[in-house]
Amino acid sequence: MVNVIGSRTVNDSTKPTVSISVAAPQDAMPAAREPRIRTDKVNVWYGEKHALFDVTVDIPDRAVMAFIGPSGCGKSTFLRCINRMNDTIDSARVEGSITLDGKDIYDPDLDVVELRARVGMVFQKPNPFPKSIFENVAYGPRIHGLARHKTDVEAIVVSSLKKAGLFEEVKDRLDEPGTGLSGGQQQRLCIARTIAVSPDVILMDEPCSALDPIATARVEELIDELRENYTIIIVTHSMQQAARVSQRTSFFHLGVMVETGPTDQIFTNPKDKRTQDYITGRFG
Amino acid sequence: MTSPSDAAISAGIWSTPEAQASRRRRKRGDLVLQGLGIGAISLAVGLLGLLLVSLGYLGYRAFVQTMVTLDFPVSTERVDAANPAAGNYRLVIRDALVAQFPEVTSTGDLRDLNAILTNNAQFMVRDAVIADPSVIGGTIRLSLPASDQFDQLNKNNVPRDVPETQRRISDQQILWFDTLAERGAVSTPFNWGLIFNADSRFPELAGLAGAIVGTFYAILVCFLISFPVGIAAAIYLEEFAPRNRFTDIVEVNINNLAAVPSVVFGLLGLAVFLNFFGLPRSAPLVGGMVLALMTLPTMIIVTRAALKAVPPSIREAALGMGASKHQMILHHVLPLSMPGILTGTIIGLAHALGETAPLLLIGMNAFITSPPGGLLDASTTLPTQIFIWADSPERGFLARTAAGILVLLAFLVVMNALAIFLRQRLERRW
Repeated sequence: MVNVIGSRTVNDSTKPTVSISVAAPQDAMPAAREPRIRTDKVNVWYGEKHALFDVTVDIPDRAVMAFIGPSGCGKSTFLRCINRMNDTIDSARVEGSITLDGKDIYDPDLDVVELRARVGMVFQKPNPFPKSIFENVAYGPRIHGLARHKTDVEAIVVSSLKKAGLFEEVKDRLDEPGTGLSGGQQQRLCIARTIAVSPDVILMDEPCSALDPIATARVEELIDELRENYTIIIVTHSMQQAARVSQRTSFFHLGVMVETGPTDQIFTNPKDKRTQDYITGRFG
Repeated sequence: MTSPSDAAISAGIWSTPEAQASRRRRKRGDLVLQGLGIGAISLAVGLLGLLLVSLGYLGYRAFVQTMVTLDFPVSTERVDAANPAAGNYRLVIRDALVAQFPEVTSTGDLRDLNAILTNNAQFMVRDAVIADPSVIGGTIRLSLPASDQFDQLNKNNVPRDVPETQRRISDQQILWFDTLAERGAVSTPFNWGLIFNADSRFPELAGLAGAIVGTFYAILVCFLISFPVGIAAAIYLEEFAPRNRFTDIVEVNINNLAAVPSVVFGLLGLAVFLNFFGLPRSAPLVGGMVLALMTLPTMIIVTRAALKAVPPSIREAALGMGASKHQMILHHVLPLSMPGILTGTIIGLAHALGETAPLLLIGMNAFITSPPGGLLDASTTLPTQIFIWADSPERGFLARTAAGILVLLAFLVVMNALAIFLRQRLERRW
């Protein structure tokens, strides 16, 4: 896979760099492409508590979709439905339909292990395994049997680290523990670990909320590069971040998906009063 | 809004006599609480110190043994070179003693003289001669343990100034022994027999070898059963079991089992392992199984705590990568909780090591004079050996009981130190 997108990589001066405006250009919106993921009337309960009400959103292929909204609005809950991470919570119950490439992911016949390989996830707090950097990235390909030989594993590790923009920084210390990296590097390691199994979709749950501004900028650049090849859904607290990295945005409030649209339009011309109040900082 | 007068009033509030008295009271409260804490710790440390000092005082005598070194004339008329095992070694010993005291001739006096050496001296000389037959016809110099009464005499546990009738050894015997001592034949080296001998009726020969080997076997069996079973049960309860009434009952009962008196487990072992399954009495196998039953609840509780301590982010990371549940547990959660599990295991085994009551019920307090050769041989363990010795009337067992306790404590200290070492070494900070 070739990175055709212009990057804002600061430490790579040999590459011709193209500066990118805050939001991706409108014409880059792949409106013609079929949505990768469709959701229809998704409801989630945690025990008695109804957490998500009739969420219906289409998620475009090879673009960044942002979910924004105040704390507790259900955006993370919805994200975790897409790779069925809510299954791990005993009291959680999901209704409605979510399809990936036209297939229902809550189909009882579907193997959740395969689903989670196809829909990778990056968490709020960087959570590398307490193993070496190499082992962190090699873990996914190993358990999914993607690489039979040592050389194959090495090739996957190197290419994943390169795609995550981490290879140059860690190439001399692949044997050192992943937990010894800085926060931003750890988060990029988690991204490398996720893309090592060649997922179709990458879910990111507030991936920069534990990072400092410089590390955040680096991860945002990376997200921008990755959208060429992956469908990315990012949950974020920061409206600026949503504006910077996403092409489409959904605004969630109190468990309801209030409004979805091109990022430009959500931020400049929201249709719903609640969206407007949130954008302008009246609550949240 | 705070006006100057408000400030003055508030400053006044803090400096009234009542306020000062209240502050003093509060400070006194702190001091009292601190004092109580220091007092409690001093009491605990003091009692522990007292225990160790008294054990050391009683036990140190058992760590040395009075030995008598003599030249034993192995004449051909006493021992046939063709068949050294059949020799008359009682007479060899008598010859050696008479050589020291030629004036002793009467049978009674000879018996009294003989009593200086341990009862088993003839077998020790025999073994030495069989090991080296070239000494037949010459003499062999051996250090043999003095019998318990003379051991105690040498260790000043027998009063010399009371009338002869109130002692078990006569003035004449004391004189002989002192003469031997003057001639340099009496020594008190470190008592290796305490570690390398098995139990004996004679205190000077009794050692802990049988108990140590028996303890090793029993703890090994206990570990082999309780470690895997405990981990498997804990993993199921912590990672797989649904939260319902049944698992609640299981959980409550495991916690209750941890508090059941150990003697009850002994009764269970007696009824089930010995009477129902017909396993041999006094065997380390059964002892280990009983101890495993006793350790299991602790093991499960400790393992569950260790599993719980693994942060959820690691589980999410593994599941998010598409690892299945068993991969998540075996690749990530279990290795990360291993230090905690091992620490708990060692503490649990240390607890089992010191357990006496359940082992008494399955007969591990038998009198066994050789270390067990396997899991099914009769044997004792350290605590039951201490129990047996504490029950014995001979003076020498008093010191040996204390010494046995010290050896047991040494094992416990080593195991706890190992647990601390493992915890410090392997513990991971997140």
